[in-house]
Amino acid sequence: MTNRCIIIPAYNEEKNVGAVIRNIQAMTDADIIIIDDGSADATADEAKRAGAYVISLPFNMGYSVALQTGYKFADKNNYEVLLQMDGDGQHPAESVPLFFDMIENGRCDIVIGSRFLCANCYRIGLAKRMAIALFRFIIRVVNGSEISDPTSGFQCMGRKVFTIFTHDHFLSDYPDTNMIIRLHRLGFQIEEIPVKMAENPDGRSMHKGLFKIIYYFFTMFLSIFIALISDNGNSGGKER
Amino acid sequence: MTFSQKIFSIIAACCLVVVIIYLVKKGKLKEEYSWMWLLTGFGVVVIVLWYDILLFITRLIGAVLPTTTLFIFGFLFLIFLSLHYSIKISKLTYQVKTLAQKISFLEAEREQGPIPHQKISEIQF
Repeated sequence: MTNRCIIIPAYNEEKNVGAVIRNIQAMTDADIIIIDDGSADATADEAKRAGAYVISLPFNMGYSVALQTGYKFADKNNYEVLLQMDGDGQHPAESVPLFFDMIENGRCDIVIGSRFLCANCYRIGLAKRMAIALFRFIIRVVNGSEISDPTSGFQCMGRKVFTIFTHDHFLSDYPDTNMIIRLHRLGFQIEEIPVKMAENPDGRSMHKGLFKIIYYFFTMFLSIFIALISDNGNSGGKER
Repeated sequence: MTFSQKIFSIIAACCLVVVIIYLVKKGKLKEEYSWMWLLTGFGVVVIVLWYDILLFITRLIGAVLPTTTLFIFGFLFLIFLSLHYSIKISKLTYQVKTLAQKISFLEAEREQGPIPHQKISEIQF
């Protein structure tokens, strides 16, 4: 069996992280690594108690840095396959084996769990639906392919993909549509599988507040533009 | 430019240069950041001593008054300075991030030992 790991960025998830870990443990024997993003609560303790390996960042650095920490750790420890999922319980552990199968059987380089490939799987508001439709359209025009859920953080990838994300010039505050475009331009095969995601139990979101939404769109469009004017989606930035 | 204006400008520029050199000497300002301030100080002295340069630049950029030229270049200098600091802050942010990640790896290994699959391979050896 290949070396598999599951990385879970978590910020103030003491209520959910234990159950998330136990659900995963029931489905797979992959190493579970929690990236505690400077939580103020007992997220790290709960995760350790549930049997996960915990990497605690000294202060809150944001979702993308927590993810990159996981990629770096997986690279450092020679994992072959990496799955990333949320620590709030939205992503169902039942889908985990299917993700691993897709990568290990060589069907693609990266698998994205989509909320929209099955009927009535997930309900979203009008504004979010319009934003997702816009990003789908951009991907269709730029990549010439269909991605139904470009903002899904439930993803599984092989080593050659996640090692790319360890480089700082691939670090984006919001790794969504921009990363899909960059990976496609680098020649990676991207597939989606239907996933029934739960509603966020606390109603928290990374995209709450007008400023954050505006900043999200600005970052996304700038990042897509940079990918389009760069060779093969690689911005060519050097490591700091 | 009147004589008193010249004297005031030269004293101000000299004070700036002295303060910058003092800060570098005391280790409160890195040489890396001192050059642009020293250049500003010397630039002011040059303009005061050769006022025709300022008049020439004013004609060159199409400004009416020399004071407009000074304001434009002062504004451009501040924009450049802000951009310079934005680049520096970005670089420092990346460095802090990398340090934080390395510390978190070391801390995790110190508290929890190596990751499970490595423990298994150690036992097999």
